[in-house]
Amino acid sequence: MQPVGAVVPLRVDIAEKIFRSAQGVSVTALKDLSFEVRQGEFACLLGPSGCGKTTTLRILLGLDKQFSGSFQLPEGGSNRIAAVFQEPTLLPWRTVEQNVRLALPKSLRTKDLDGLFDILGLAGMRSLYPAELSLGLARRAALARAFATEPAVLFLDEPFVSLDGRTAERLRHLLLTVWSERPTTALMVTHNLSEALMLSDRIIVLAPRPAHVLGLFDVPLPRQYRSPQVMSDLLRSFHQKFPGVT
Amino acid sequence: MTTPDTGDRMRGAAADMSGQPSPATALIPVLTVALSLFGLCLLWAFAANAWQSRAFPGPGKVWQVLLREAASGDLFYHLGATLSRVAAAYVVAMVIGSVIGVLLGSYRGADRFFSPWVILFLNIPALVVIVLAYIWFGLNEAAAIGAVAVNKIPNVVVTMREGARALDPSYAEMAAVYRFGPLDRIRHVLLPQLQPYLAAASRSGIALIWKIVLVVELLGRSNGVGVQIYVNFQLFDVAAILAYTLAFVAVMLVIELLLVQPVEQHATRWRRRPA
Repeated sequence: MQPVGAVVPLRVDIAEKIFRSAQGVSVTALKDLSFEVRQGEFACLLGPSGCGKTTTLRILLGLDKQFSGSFQLPEGGSNRIAAVFQEPTLLPWRTVEQNVRLALPKSLRTKDLDGLFDILGLAGMRSLYPAELSLGLARRAALARAFATEPAVLFLDEPFVSLDGRTAERLRHLLLTVWSERPTTALMVTHNLSEALMLSDRIIVLAPRPAHVLGLFDVPLPRQYRSPQVMSDLLRSFHQKFPGVT
Repeated sequence: MTTPDTGDRMRGAAADMSGQPSPATALIPVLTVALSLFGLCLLWAFAANAWQSRAFPGPGKVWQVLLREAASGDLFYHLGATLSRVAAAYVVAMVIGSVIGVLLGSYRGADRFFSPWVILFLNIPALVVIVLAYIWFGLNEAAAIGAVAVNKIPNVVVTMREGARALDPSYAEMAAVYRFGPLDRIRHVLLPQLQPYLAAASRSGIALIWKIVLVVELLGRSNGVGVQIYVNFQLFDVAAILAYTLAFVAVMLVIELLLVQPVEQHATRWRRRPA
């Protein structure tokens, strides 16, 4: 029994998720997938492409209700969830700022967003339409939208795919900066191991289809100490623990 | 830009710089339209001159009738009556047709069931609907406007159904995750996606509606352009028929230029401007 006002972690316990194709073929995407993300922790869901990571995220976002099992979203604070999708998914007919404000609850619609836009380097682009932004900038706007809502939990679905290496690297640093200023429980889906090692407190390693948890890899080191040297050590110990996972 | 950044570039910058075309080049389309219409009038005048007949008056004669009718106030009275019927029928048809169309486009089962109904109504002649409306509901304004709307609704349904089928589910999912309210969803997610389809339905709708309104007026109303055309047909007054027709076409042209096009430009302002 949780005391009143206490913070509940993100608890996932999905028994099974089956996709049925139009031809009647059924594919088991997830099987006995259970894990927990502690309050205020940045966790990564790491697994090969097509193993069911995005499916898991869609279930947690409430976009897919056809599954057996249960999950518990973090409570306390705002109780809101936020998501950064694979595509920026900004409304093309609204400016960057309107896109961010529309995601806010009515009571926060007029809040001061200067700080957030400044950190993300979007200060001069608030009045632009998404079509006028590059993919990298649009991704930043999607990050701004997610953090502006002050969510109790933030889900990120490979938010840096299809960016060139430098832009992706810069965006990862920006994500860390925003996140450390506005800490929230976060779960990010990725198939990029070095990205996971750089960003997360804990990596939840998934096995290929049907996805289940292969094991956990904790990164207890504060992020500012994760130099290239440390990262390669982390990489080595990760490979020792999970041979065969790239 | 505030952030010098090699990875992220602003594509819109160049578009902002490219200024408006000079006034002289901006006038060319307007002049072309004016010249084209003037040419048509000239052709009409020559033809009327060559084939002198009371049944084929020249533009000068039609203009005189137009001025006479305007001076007596009849023109504006009848134009106003027709215009308000067109507006009422348009609003009714667009609202009902859009709601039905979006629902059919969103629910496949409903679409399969109601699709034959849509085809049926699409193919009922306008005249039949008008006559039945007058028989069932009497010779009143509601029956007239309703009959016009019923003629237009299936067209709107078909267009808006296509629009609803083309909706991008990722925007709806984003709205669900961020808990948009129902009004925000309609205003910021649904309507902007349907805008091209609304514009298409409106364009074809107004033109169709005003033609049907004339028939409705002719059959069961005591005012409006349709009635005037009928009366002048009895009198064989071709000049008056043309005067009323051209006056109404001119009104629709003005509405297109001053209302439809600015609204459309505002609605599509977010599309990437041509560099």
